[in-house]
Amino acid sequence: MPGMPPTREIAVVAFGQTDHLRTTDELSEVEMLMPVLHEVLDRTGLRTSDIGFTCSGSSDYLAGRAFSFTMALDGVGAWPPISESHVEMDGAWALYEAWIKLLTGEADTALVYSYGKSSPGSVRDVLTRQLDPYYVAPLWPDSVALAALQAQALIDAGDTDERALAGVAARSRTAAADNPHAQLSGARPPGEYVVRPLRTGDCPPVGDGAAAVILAAGDRARDLCERPAWIRGIDHRIEAHSLGVRDLTDSPSTRLAAERAGAFERPVDTAELHAPFSSQEVVLRKALRLDDTVNVNPSGGALSANPVMAAGLIRIGEAAARIHRGDSDRALAHATSGPCLQQNLVAVLEGDPR
Amino acid sequence: MSTVDKAGKEPVAVVGIGQTKHVAARRDVSIAGLVREAAGRALQDAELTWADIDAVVIGKAPDFFEGVMMPELYLADALGAVGKPMLRVHTAGSVGGSTALVAANLIAARVHGTVLTLAFEKQSESNAMWGLSLPIPFQQPLLAGAGGFFAPHVRAYMRRSGAPETVGSLVAYKDRRNALKNPYAHLHEHDITLEKVQASPMLWDPIRYSETCPSSDGACAMVLTDRAGAARSPRPPAWMLGGAMRSEPTLFAGKDCVSPQAGKDCAADVYRQAGITDPRREIDAVEMYVPFSWYEPMWLENLGFADEGEGWKLTESGATELDGDLPVNMSGGVLSTNPIGASGMIRFAEAALQVRGQAGEHQVDGARRVLGHAYGGGSQFFSMWLVGAQPPTV
Repeated sequence: MPGMPPTREIAVVAFGQTDHLRTTDELSEVEMLMPVLHEVLDRTGLRTSDIGFTCSGSSDYLAGRAFSFTMALDGVGAWPPISESHVEMDGAWALYEAWIKLLTGEADTALVYSYGKSSPGSVRDVLTRQLDPYYVAPLWPDSVALAALQAQALIDAGDTDERALAGVAARSRTAAADNPHAQLSGARPPGEYVVRPLRTGDCPPVGDGAAAVILAAGDRARDLCERPAWIRGIDHRIEAHSLGVRDLTDSPSTRLAAERAGAFERPVDTAELHAPFSSQEVVLRKALRLDDTVNVNPSGGALSANPVMAAGLIRIGEAAARIHRGDSDRALAHATSGPCLQQNLVAVLEGDPR
Repeated sequence: MSTVDKAGKEPVAVVGIGQTKHVAARRDVSIAGLVREAAGRALQDAELTWADIDAVVIGKAPDFFEGVMMPELYLADALGAVGKPMLRVHTAGSVGGSTALVAANLIAARVHGTVLTLAFEKQSESNAMWGLSLPIPFQQPLLAGAGGFFAPHVRAYMRRSGAPETVGSLVAYKDRRNALKNPYAHLHEHDITLEKVQASPMLWDPIRYSETCPSSDGACAMVLTDRAGAARSPRPPAWMLGGAMRSEPTLFAGKDCVSPQAGKDCAADVYRQAGITDPRREIDAVEMYVPFSWYEPMWLENLGFADEGEGWKLTESGATELDGDLPVNMSGGVLSTNPIGASGMIRFAEAALQVRGQAGEHQVDGARRVLGHAYGGGSQFFSMWLVGAQPPTV
């Protein structure tokens, strides 16, 4: 059952992202973020004081300190005081909270940003701290190992094979050649196994990055952007945490979110999928019923740059940017969180007819 | 083009409230068990089931307090969120309030009809004081815990207002006695006296041990719903009349650490939405975030209940006692119960309990409009709501 259509027209009017890098030792999170904030403000001509609502997404566990988002807020320049919130989630969910705020009519513009530095630690180990703290986390199953379980389940089910997975990786990195922000671009060999059946090429690069988006409602959006990327629907759903009770070859939460966002009402021409592992694209394509006519991850996707906490927001930003440029008329953007695609968000964006 | 004006927002009602008995350490339950206990009680209060909930919005303070990164992922099952939207808010100490406001907006925007919102902290899993003490180089090495950060601001207030040294102890004595009437409060000090508060050890001068919040395990949950849901409510709903969040930087030249501008702006926004022009006369009671006793007079001024420098006189006069004309922290407040991530929501929930007439022994007679307040970070994040016994008229 599709959800109710949004009661207010809201669009992504600007998107900016950093170059995604393996390490940014010389930059703090706020120093990494600042140029991106300035980029989206400059693009729209807005100043901090013009923004009705600000919302960000980040993780203390990546930063290695409590309240890490407060430093980023200093960079926003929250003076005079601003209406502001933060989710301990990927920035895609910060965008969702901002979209809700705009729907209520309490604000007409919103600044959304997120950032993550994976380089200071071992992100494979850090992400194990997301798992059930009593029964699973003590075993330290890392994110690649869990994704490999999912990949093997897909192979066992006949949904894919290692060659097809290599094809996903190659297509993504070839596409990333056109993306100046990508960390990995250009065709490269599949590499050695990291955790069978996943090879180096099937895994995302580890790196640092930030992204920012500006949302605006109605005529404000038309004033700020030549071709706004209207959010026709957006929804997110979560699944059970325990991998043992889930069918890892499917993503019912993605499918339900897509239905609620209206994704199946008409075909999309573009899809930006947050699939950090090649095998996860297979799951998402199935859940979202994407066929070969859809341009999937023209940015190179998370296989080309995966700044944790920002990679989902970047999918929405990339989809919107293609609409802004006239490269897409109707695009789907997807974000994920948790082990093996536990939580998923789907947004449907459209440009006005040309 | 369809637009939404402010009158177009769906009114939001609180129809279920649940919390755990707050204690120093809940060793008998897991984190999932703790949150489910509060959520179950909120559903029971609303006479609803898990199936009636459209979405879950959860909040807590830093993940280091339990050592679980983004614990909402693991809590999805315990909170009946599977197949539903689940959002996780983190805005430092104000998070319990912010979480409720994010949940309320889902209803106000007409995206969902009935939302479960919950905030928790299980501080016994770690040492919260050191969890809050940032490693060098983020902070100078002698700032142990939140008290070390806030004590100089209290001292500045005392100097600025000329308040007598005893005011803090009056607040602590009052809040700890109020807690004796609240079965969910963490500290139940049956033998408390003003002399004992004043003789307790000095921790962060001028803040004494008995003027400091405890470290608690606890969770608080609320069921929020729209007009249709409120019409089906078996018990009187509390109606949200206004709600707002404001943030400002941690430290900057010109920051007023005693009475931050963000707090003033946040209160002004709430009062504007609710049509309040004279909070002292029009608001019946206040449940505010007072982790250290002196923050009662400081917030009374910041929230507009007293003129600058005059807040301590309200406290000293007894006006903020449970039987005073502006009761403050009827539940016993943060000074008696502090599961940090939940503390803001407990304030919001207490405000709702009061206007529903369900606060039991700590009920303020005739409470019709009550303010719930939370703050966090370096006095920089504020979230507040005003709830009433009657639905909004605008």
